[in-house]
Amino acid sequence: MTASTGVAVRAERVSRHYEMGTAVIRAVDDVTLEVRSGEFVALLGSSGSGKSTLLNLMAGLDRPTGGAIFADGRNLSELSSLELARYRSKTVGMVFQSFNLLPRMTLEENVELPLRLAEVDRAERGKRVADALERVRLEKRLSHRPSELSGGEQQRAALARALVNRPTLLFADEPTGNLDSATGESIMLLLKEIQQTLGMTIVMVTHERPLAERFANRIVSLADGKLLNDGVKS
Amino acid sequence: MKAGDLAELALRNLREAVLRNSLTTLGVAVGVASLVAMLSLGVGLQELATRRLSNSGLFDTVIVMPRRNLQEMRRISTTPAPTKEPRALDDDARKELERLPNVVEVYPQIRFPTEVRYNGVPYSTIVAGVPESARGNGAYDGIQGNFFSGPNADEAILQIELAKDLAAQPSTLIGKDLVVRYAERQALAPQSPSGDAGEGDANGSGAGGFSIVPREKKLRIVGIIETEPAAGFGGFGSGRLLIPLEVASALRVAQVNDLRDAVRATDGKPRYASLTVRAKSPSRVEAIETAIKGMGFGTFSLLDATRNLRLFFTIFDLLLAIFGSLALAVATLGIINTLVMAILERRREIGILKALGAADRDVKQLFFVEAGVMGLLGGTLGAGLGWMIGRAITIGTNLYLKRQGLPGAHVFSVPWWLVLGAIAFAVIVSLAAGLYPATRAARLNPVEALRYE
Repeated sequence: MTASTGVAVRAERVSRHYEMGTAVIRAVDDVTLEVRSGEFVALLGSSGSGKSTLLNLMAGLDRPTGGAIFADGRNLSELSSLELARYRSKTVGMVFQSFNLLPRMTLEENVELPLRLAEVDRAERGKRVADALERVRLEKRLSHRPSELSGGEQQRAALARALVNRPTLLFADEPTGNLDSATGESIMLLLKEIQQTLGMTIVMVTHERPLAERFANRIVSLADGKLLNDGVKS
Repeated sequence: MKAGDLAELALRNLREAVLRNSLTTLGVAVGVASLVAMLSLGVGLQELATRRLSNSGLFDTVIVMPRRNLQEMRRISTTPAPTKEPRALDDDARKELERLPNVVEVYPQIRFPTEVRYNGVPYSTIVAGVPESARGNGAYDGIQGNFFSGPNADEAILQIELAKDLAAQPSTLIGKDLVVRYAERQALAPQSPSGDAGEGDANGSGAGGFSIVPREKKLRIVGIIETEPAAGFGGFGSGRLLIPLEVASALRVAQVNDLRDAVRATDGKPRYASLTVRAKSPSRVEAIETAIKGMGFGTFSLLDATRNLRLFFTIFDLLLAIFGSLALAVATLGIINTLVMAILERRREIGILKALGAADRDVKQLFFVEAGVMGLLGGTLGAGLGWMIGRAITIGTNLYLKRQGLPGAHVFSVPWWLVLGAIAFAVIVSLAAGLYPATRAARLNPVEALRYE
């Protein structure tokens, strides 16, 4: 274990290569990145730069083909499939560009889903779901289905689902990508509020530099799978 | 994931594609119904055959004969002739046989050809003695009239063909009398060395020879039966005039082996040509037969026939189960198809579940529970459907039998073990069918699954 105190997640010479016939696609190539606890880091880059792949590796959704990722005091590459699932369940919260709410479930049921997977007692679930939805100001939409909500509301619901298990790391993959600028800004404000009030570490993938510069503490730029620039804002 | 949550999510998923899942479940139900119907028919026919044969008294019976008789029956013997006198089948032997475990009763076989007179007209027929125990074993349930009023009653039961010979309307014979003419054996006293014949003994069993005296016996007809339940077993031909065994015994009718015994007998004790040993159940016959052989007697039973019957029904049931399972095999493919389709449709959902922390086993269990629920519902529905098919077959068969003027029969039997077994089998088959889709779903890469539109 090489993770130091105060580090939430650290990628150490991480690579993710895909073999396509004889060609090798280097989605992430020898990237080293350290994210400290409580930081709001924006991964910036154009399409195909490897930012989402790096995010997936840090979120434990994928395994690197080279290097190591340390989080929660463990090397994710060495975890079993079950341990990795537990890491995603207990330590990580995920927000996606397309919200990824289950359309046949109500908002309440969608937000409750991670609690079911984490085997949280039924008695406690109701309160935690209510708290999470209140935080994103959707407490009055419990029984609505995703199709009955606006894009912004769906993303707020997805954020509530990501927070309900009280993770320490929040990974957001283009959270404003499907939203208009005003709604996107409201989501960014919500993310910032969550970072500040809960002290949560946030790693966000975006290709919108202005948003990143406005809300993130630190901007990491990627291109062609390599880390180009790592700048901490003053 | 906890079992309750797993079940709740699985049921919700099943409800989402309600039409497709209902059709799949119906497929399982039809498969199970076919299996239950086929096996129930097999079980029903087996029970019917066993009941009928068991009532006939053929399968719980062992005929005991002196070894000598058996050897004499063989025209060409491959075994060397015995060096000592075979054991006699006398009263001592009978008592010993009665003491054997699981023996219900021992009685002599009395069956003889004779002449019957009814309204002065003679008819040749075969008389058979019926033990009192036949009253309660169900063999005479279909009798027209009554069974003998007592073991010593001078009464007769006619086989229907004889009854038809005696009267155009057989039922009118009940309560009427007929006369049996027979040859009584009267024993003579042993001859003195000077050659004088002594006096005969009362039971006609003297070792000094016997004389044959023609006699008559009046009997009242009390019943008419389709066929003698133990027809042709242990004797020669079917008895067409049945009388109580004790009455038949008291007649002291000359038997075929009397002449031979008169020459051979030395001790003056009565000897039986054969004895019938009745076991508690057909399953006890083998042990009893072995014990009797150990006593030095020859035996004959339908044990091999019972074994063959069991073998036949086992193969019959197996074939029915195979044919019944064909529909279930098709239903199994339906389950696999439904779940594989569900994986394609829910690929993104599986990705979301994994991103939210679902382990491979959670996804696998989810698909397993869905398959199991379809199997359970299909199995339960199918068992009910199979039972209904069985009822319909029974009703249809009985209607047909009634039209043919035959008594009704339960050709269909759905025992509890079959119902529970069929449901369990449906669940197991469904789980097996769900194995491949569940494993495939569990192995999905979450990143690829989330990319799926």
